[in-house]
Order: sequence, then C-alpha cells, then structure tokens
Amino acid sequence: MSDSLLDVHIKHSLQTVHGVMPMEIALSLAKGQILAITGPSGAGKTTLLRQIAGLLTPETGKIVFEKDVWLDSSKQTSLAPQLRNIGFVFQDYALFPHLTVEENLLFGLPKGCDRNIVDDLLTATELSNLAHRKPSQLSGGQQQRVALARALVRKPHLMLLDEPFAALDYDMRYHLQDMLLRFHRQHQFTMIIVTHDIGEIFRLADQVAIIENGKVILQGTPTEVYAKDPSQTGDFVIFGEVLSCVRQADQLLVSALVENKVRQLTLPLNLASEMIPGNTFTLRYPMDSARVMLIRH
Amino acid sequence: MNPEPLWLTFKLATITSVILLVLALPLAYWLAFGKFKGRGIVESLIGMPLVLPPSVIGFYLLLAFSPSYWFGAWIESVFGLRLVFSFPGLVIASVLYSLPFMVYPIRAGLQSLPASLREASYTLGKNEWETFFKVLLPNCKPAILTAFVITFAHTVGEFGVVLMIGGNIPGVTKVASVAIYNEVEALNYGAANDYAMVLFAITFVILLLVYSINNRLLRVRQPS
Repeated sequence: MSDSLLDVHIKHSLQTVHGVMPMEIALSLAKGQILAITGPSGAGKTTLLRQIAGLLTPETGKIVFEKDVWLDSSKQTSLAPQLRNIGFVFQDYALFPHLTVEENLLFGLPKGCDRNIVDDLLTATELSNLAHRKPSQLSGGQQQRVALARALVRKPHLMLLDEPFAALDYDMRYHLQDMLLRFHRQHQFTMIIVTHDIGEIFRLADQVAIIENGKVILQGTPTEVYAKDPSQTGDFVIFGEVLSCVRQADQLLVSALVENKVRQLTLPLNLASEMIPGNTFTLRYPMDSARVMLIRH
Repeated sequence: MNPEPLWLTFKLATITSVILLVLALPLAYWLAFGKFKGRGIVESLIGMPLVLPPSVIGFYLLLAFSPSYWFGAWIESVFGLRLVFSFPGLVIASVLYSLPFMVYPIRAGLQSLPASLREASYTLGKNEWETFFKVLLPNCKPAILTAFVITFAHTVGEFGVVLMIGGNIPGVTKVASVAIYNEVEALNYGAANDYAMVLFAITFVILLLVYSINNRLLRVRQPS
C-alpha cells in the first residue's frame, strides 16, 4: 500500500434498475501504470471513475493520490474535482459546442500558463488544421482526439477515461490507442480506462480489474486475469492481433501478434472472415475437444 | 392616436424583462441543479401566475401594496414609495406575474444540456460560477432568447393585473391593453383598433424574429 500512488477504498449504494446494490471497491495502482476496468453494464465502473474524479461522492471511503487525501469520509473531507490533478475523457466526449477545437483546449489551460502546450497537443493529435472548427463539424474520431487533447492540457498526473473509443470503428480505435500510449510514454501519467474491448485491455493495460455487481471480482495483469477466469478453467485462451493470413489447402496460416511476439497459428477455414490483418481476436482451445473457437466480444 | 399608452407598454415590458432576466438566471440554475428540500413549494409558487386568474394576483398585490397594510406601509416609510397606482408598482407586479415565463424556459434549457458539459468544466479546473457563465449560458442561448421574448410579449399582453393595481392614469399606468379597453367602453372602435393593430403587428414581428433566429441557432448545433 505504501508503494502505491493511488489507493481507493469506497463503499456506496448503487441505484440500479433492480434496486439498490451495495458497492464496495478497494483498488491500488502504482505510478505510471495503466489500469483497465471492465465488467458488465451497470456494475459500477463509471460510478467508480466518477468517484475518483470527485464528480460523485461515495457514502464512505478514502481516496489517496500521491499522498494527497482526495476523500476521507471519516474526516468529512472531499476535494473538489477542480483541485484533483486529473484529466477526464467522457464517453460522450463532452466537448463545448460553442467553442472551437482550439478554444476547447484553451479552456482547460490554467491562467498564466504557457499556451505552447495547446499548440503541441493540437499537433500531436493531428488537429492543427481543424483548430478553428466547431465540434459539430468534426467526425467522431476527431472529436475524441479533441477530448483527449483537452484532458491533457492541465498536465494531469491521473488520466481517467470512460469507454473513450467505444463509438469508433476499428481503425480509428487502433490509431487512438496508439496515440494514447504515445502520450502515456511522453507524459508519464497514471491511467484508469473503462472499456469493454478485450483487445484494448491487452494493448493498453498493465492491470485489469473486472467489476461485477459493485465488487472487484478479479484483478491482475490481463494474462493472469483472463487465464484465471473460472468460466474458462482448463481451456487454453489466446488473445492476439492478426498480422497476415494466408489460405493453404484447407487451413488458414495466420501470423499474429500474441503478447508482443509474432506467432504462427493454424486455424480452420471457417474463421477466414475474422482473420483480417489488424483485427484482434480471442481464441479458445477447449480441453475436451480439438475444435478451436473464436470468442466474440 | 395618442402614442403614450403604447410607449408605456413597451417601457414596462422592457424593464420587466430585463429585471426578470437578472433574477431568473440564478433562480433557474438553482431549480435545475440545486439540491434542497422544498423545491416543489418554490416551483409551485413561481408557476402560480400560469394558472391563477390575473385578478387574483392583482387583488393580493393591491392589498400588499396598499399603505394600510404592513408591506405597503413599510415600503412607503423606508423608500418613500407608494406602489399602488404607480409605475414602480406596475413593474413589481409584472415581474411576479411573468416570472414563470422567464424561469421555466431557462431552467429547461439548462437541464437539457448534458451533465458531462458541466463535469468536463469542473475537471478542467473551472468553478461553478465560471462554468455557469462560460459553458452553460452560451449553450442555452435559444432558451434564454425564447424566455426573454415570451416574457416581453406576455407583459405587453398583461391586462387584469395592471387594471387591478395600476388603474388607468394616463402617462403613468395606462398601458395599451387598458387603453384599448377604455376606447371600447367609450365606443371609440376606431381608436381601439389602432392600438390593437399596432400591438398585433409588433408582437407578431418579434415572435417571428425569435423563432427564425432560434431555428438558425438550433440548425448550427445539429451535426450535419
């Protein structure tokens, strides 16, 4: 606990369609790590993120970041979101419709700060030539880039992202994940990302926590968590990304990137439509049969 | 046609609308986002002019403003102001009477904005005050414009309350709607028609302008 940068212990009553559900979460995160939070809808993922940001106050709990107490219900302290050193990327982007791209970024710039960071971020997110457009004149991917850049303007030490790429097509998602990783390397922030995309978890996260019914049911590295998943005991599961796919007789020869290594896989022909270069996949080799299965997300 | 009642009508409507705008912005924000008990009571009170006959409001205001009751007596002793049958009294009555027309559309406009806009502003370090003026208000321009104009038009069309507490003093409280009533009573249909036509034409043009401006504002906001 002493080594960790972020410590979260919260208890809350979640209002769900099925009534009130008790939520109890304990999480720790080391500096510079990327934590993915996943789990079914309504499990409390977004609520947790909003509580860490200070947009929602849990009934009881304690949140400590970089030795600053953000929340301590026993002492009645709760730091306003303005004072927490965070960048938040909202699911709906939450761009200010009346401001241009550049003005959206400048909005977050603290008074008296060098505006070079705005120009740098516009360049890094390839938005320089769209700087004077309004958000309504941008595509989804462009809007998401503005949201990402805007969240980085204040040089936050903790980035919170709520399903940031869910509404984007595969290519754009891939591109933005790459951009996010680049920013992460460059700015060295710690990050929590809510996502449903297993490919995204493997690409981005050091740690993954699965939340169900208001509790963390599993936490660890993506490989640990998904291999430990009791619903898949005994089965061999691999996650990867297709690099190339060649048909040979009645089989597919697939080169794939699995845990950062290139692997050759031999797969049945019926998977041809899924094995397109750039696609991510989850394959499951059951213990009790020789048939490879593709798990769809 | 004596233009004085028309002039008085538009002066009253302008002053009332400006005062109401200043009052309604914080009130609408408070109703839209405030967490407090008794919100229902406040909301109902603000909405009363929508359902009550103007004569009821006029009657109670007449009593309140009268120097024989404590409020009127207090105003007169502190400010030296008599509110019955005076223009300031008319302004106060109009402000109360048109309150819901200003507050409700602005509150609805504020509530229709996604909560994430406010929250994004907070996470970008802006306090509630800055968020209100720099994010929320610029994004409810159509609602504010509508509220202002509806309030203005409603005050122009006021009759019952004005008659009850303002009476019929030329140049002081005799607004166009009262003047029309007087002319009809005196069987001067021509003069009544002059006032009525002017009111009709001006209010129609105002509403037309507002709706076309709003349509354009809303179109700009829609993604293509």
